Amino acid sequence: MRRVVITGIGIVSPLANGTEATWERLIAGKSGAGPIDLFDTKDVPCKIAFQVPWNDGRGGGADDPHAFDPDKAASSKERRRIDEFILYALAAADECVEDSGWKPETDHDKERTGVLIGSGIGGLQSIYDTAITLHTQGARRVSPFFIPSALINLASGQVSIRHGFKGPNHSVVTACATGAHAIGDSARLIKYGDADVMLAGGAEAVICEIGIAGFCAAKAMSTNFNDTPEKASRPYDKDRDGFVMGEGAAVVMLEEYEHAKARGAKIYAEVAGYGLTGDAYHITAPAEGSEGGYRAMKMALGHSGLDVADIDYVNTHGTSTPKGDEGEVGAVERLFGDHAKNLSLSSTKSAVGHLLGAAGAIESAFCALAIRDQVMPPTLNLDNPSVDTPIDLIPHKAKKGKVRAAMSNSFGFGGTNACLILKQAD
Amino acid sequence: MSDVFERVKKIVVENLDVEGDKVVETASFIDDLGADSLDLVELVMAFEEEFNIEIPDDVQENIRTVGDAVTHIKAHVS
Repeated sequence: MRRVVITGIGIVSPLANGTEATWERLIAGKSGAGPIDLFDTKDVPCKIAFQVPWNDGRGGGADDPHAFDPDKAASSKERRRIDEFILYALAAADECVEDSGWKPETDHDKERTGVLIGSGIGGLQSIYDTAITLHTQGARRVSPFFIPSALINLASGQVSIRHGFKGPNHSVVTACATGAHAIGDSARLIKYGDADVMLAGGAEAVICEIGIAGFCAAKAMSTNFNDTPEKASRPYDKDRDGFVMGEGAAVVMLEEYEHAKARGAKIYAEVAGYGLTGDAYHITAPAEGSEGGYRAMKMALGHSGLDVADIDYVNTHGTSTPKGDEGEVGAVERLFGDHAKNLSLSSTKSAVGHLLGAAGAIESAFCALAIRDQVMPPTLNLDNPSVDTPIDLIPHKAKKGKVRAAMSNSFGFGGTNACLILKQAD
Repeated sequence: MSDVFERVKKIVVENLDVEGDKVVETASFIDDLGADSLDLVELVMAFEEEFNIEIPDDVQENIRTVGDAVTHIKAHVS
């Protein structure tokens, strides 16, 4: 069986633009939360989010040396043709390609390199803006770039056009499990032999009025911490009251092991296992006891050939919603049994928010970095745990310790679950 | 109407992200200014808005150069 390893990472996150800056701030216990400055929040009950810091001051990026620079990601002409989720995907892909050192030049190498970047929602702001234009000015004023700016698979399309990757060009749309499915499915494409290299991940940019209003209407978002945004995302804490939205993109370069070794590539980790299941239960609520999540973890473990005792860290879905968090911890305990007491677990959504379709990708990237640096990121704001568990939930501060293998969980609306297991590559 | 060319030029520079000195009457949107068919549709929409005119689809197909656009706009702006 062909093995698949991670040889590059690119991240645009609410903590910073760039993988290393994001990781450094995550391990330092920083939060990327703040008041929403993208629209007037007077009519929505949630007024906070994890925005990407921009160098024009947006999202608190004014004096940040690691703020996102849109001009570096795409020209002004390109930017008019793409929604912001694609802009973030292009930026993360650029960094990932650079980091991996894989820049195919022959037809063969280009045809063996594919792209699979998903998004949970896609170009929601573009759809909103165009609906307004249609309503006020009529159909003749609808831009020819509207559809290609909003389509979810255009993240993969734009990245492939920029880099000349002619292998499988695909996309995933599974709400908050998108990023994990993108990486897991890409690994399978490589294992099956359809490609040797895949740029895989997720992108999201829906901190807009219609996006926030929609999730608020579904009673999924935090509303009690509008005056203290950094305290709002608090997985496993008694005072948690909903998720806080994030935005950005994360992509990883997946590569067949021998291919990576042959070119002397830097290897972060191996994609050891992948599991995916459905709850068949409810459109927004997770199944009791995270039953579907449990089966996804079990499937991933089975494919990995690892024993639970080989896994040291779990990056949970942990959205900070009252319903989801405890069920997932219970499912992890059930799977790990007696080993649970040796396990560490955290939800990095406490620091970067919920990146929806990019969540599984950024959290898998964090698992790869945890394996590289042998350090586990913390769960911020965990003052009073609502769960009684032998698992170390890594409250407040990052934890140094051996990370031989790490698991990343992602569960999405519709009852879709994905689990990835990464391990040290020998 | 002497400023029609300058107004067209401004729109072309903004939409196509090109240097102003390349926007001359003989310049072809596609061959010289890097536009594709979608850019052309957007450009025509911008001309319609700027000059408050309607450019029918069959006329749009004949607008290939900056000069074509200026000529058409001058003929339809009273």
